[in-house]
Amino acid sequence: MAAPTREALLERARAAAEAVTDPELPMLTLADLGVLRDVRLTEHGVEVAITPTYTGCPAMAAMRDDLSRELRAAGFEEVTVRVDLSEPWSTDWITERGKDALTAHGISAPGAARRHDGPVALTLRPVRRSVTCPRCGSVDTEVTSEFGSTACKALYRCVDCLEPFEHVKEI
Amino acid sequence: MTQIHTHQPDDHDSAYEGLLVDDAHWAFGSGQEFEHSEDPLAGVDTTVPDGVDPTTLATYCLMLGDDALVMSHRLAELTSRAPDLEEDIAIANIALDLLGQARLLLTRAAAADPEIVPGSREARPTGPGPSVPAEDALAFFRGDQGFRNVRLVEVPNGDFGETIARLVLFSTYRLALFERLTASRDQVLASIAAKGVKELAYHRDFAGRWFLTLAQGTDESRRRVLDGLAGLLPLWPELFDSHQVEAELAAAGIGVDPSGLAAEVEVVLDQVLAVAGVTRPQTAPLAGVRRLKGRDGMHTEALSKLLAEMQVVAREHPTGRW
Repeated sequence: MAAPTREALLERARAAAEAVTDPELPMLTLADLGVLRDVRLTEHGVEVAITPTYTGCPAMAAMRDDLSRELRAAGFEEVTVRVDLSEPWSTDWITERGKDALTAHGISAPGAARRHDGPVALTLRPVRRSVTCPRCGSVDTEVTSEFGSTACKALYRCVDCLEPFEHVKEI
Repeated sequence: MTQIHTHQPDDHDSAYEGLLVDDAHWAFGSGQEFEHSEDPLAGVDTTVPDGVDPTTLATYCLMLGDDALVMSHRLAELTSRAPDLEEDIAIANIALDLLGQARLLLTRAAAADPEIVPGSREARPTGPGPSVPAEDALAFFRGDQGFRNVRLVEVPNGDFGETIARLVLFSTYRLALFERLTASRDQVLASIAAKGVKELAYHRDFAGRWFLTLAQGTDESRRRVLDGLAGLLPLWPELFDSHQVEAELAAAGIGVDPSGLAAEVEVVLDQVLAVAGVTRPQTAPLAGVRRLKGRDGMHTEALSKLLAEMQVVAREHPTGRW
């Protein structure tokens, strides 16, 4: 049997890396979350680049281990997981499929991130986002806390169905 | 005699059974699978830019990293002690963001100049074991005089009003600093800053809103947040002192000279105070010791006590692995 071509190997590496899920949002793959930045072949294996969502995100170590394990299982001997900080992660990098997966699991997906030129303006009024309840679809929702169970989420409550839910905050 | 059975043994008898089946679904595994490669800058190019002294760059990274580390520790001390669950989670989240910034900055310091890491020269009985990562060696094996943080972050916690006042001061200052640091010639510092800006903007908004709420709440909430502010303001001018390391690196296009931040930062602080209807308390700056302050490694005794608690486990088990 002929050895697989470089293209086929790269394809295999991509497929394995892209299937790895986020340890804290297991309905999302790292690719859909926008955390997986690059997959490339090296002489004896594969190198992938990931970027943290938040600087202190404790899931980075688990992501690294999961990528290593899955790529080894896919037949790559040498697996290097590199940190890419060249551009800070933004929720705008979450794919449409990723946003749908969040909503399907009861987590409200982020809207477009705020852009700013020059110094960030101080906001002393509550942030107004149009957040839809992922359970009943009502737009009558209110924030209960700007911070949640993980660094990337805020806590909301639906005024109609009264259920609490989490919203991935735009950054 | 009839035997009485209340329970048939089944798969759920041992609470630990489920822990042993599949490692993959545990966020941190069982710890047995791989050697964790924890370096938060793994694969990042940490070459020191041209024309910069590596030790000076490392010292500068310690200054910014220690501010975050010590502030993070003070905030973490409040876990389970906030007025309500939402604020408890918020404070812990802010502490986590700052701890992340500290990890990157201490790692960047060690990459710029490995000589600054305790234990890099000789293994001492009280030093870190060889398996201790540089960031941990720096966090847990430096004495108080090795820390370069400003004194604002080290003074002991007061009540929730004091915490909010300190967060307003610290996040306003650090956000302005990081916004400028995004233009650093050092790509690592510029990247850390660009990421930190998003986090710090969120912290500042959180603290600013609570400052407003407390200042315009009851007489008691207003009294507390103003007392907190008045107690911290003597440490405020130190943040804008220009240390030689900061001045040197600012001139080299690597760092930020904090004396140039004062005007911008004071405008934001005045904005918060004005909306809250607060007149700024007049306080005298806290002097240094022979003019030496936090950036020189000269601290209040509160830092020694903080470090004693923060470092005790690592120092008791210098070769420990976890």
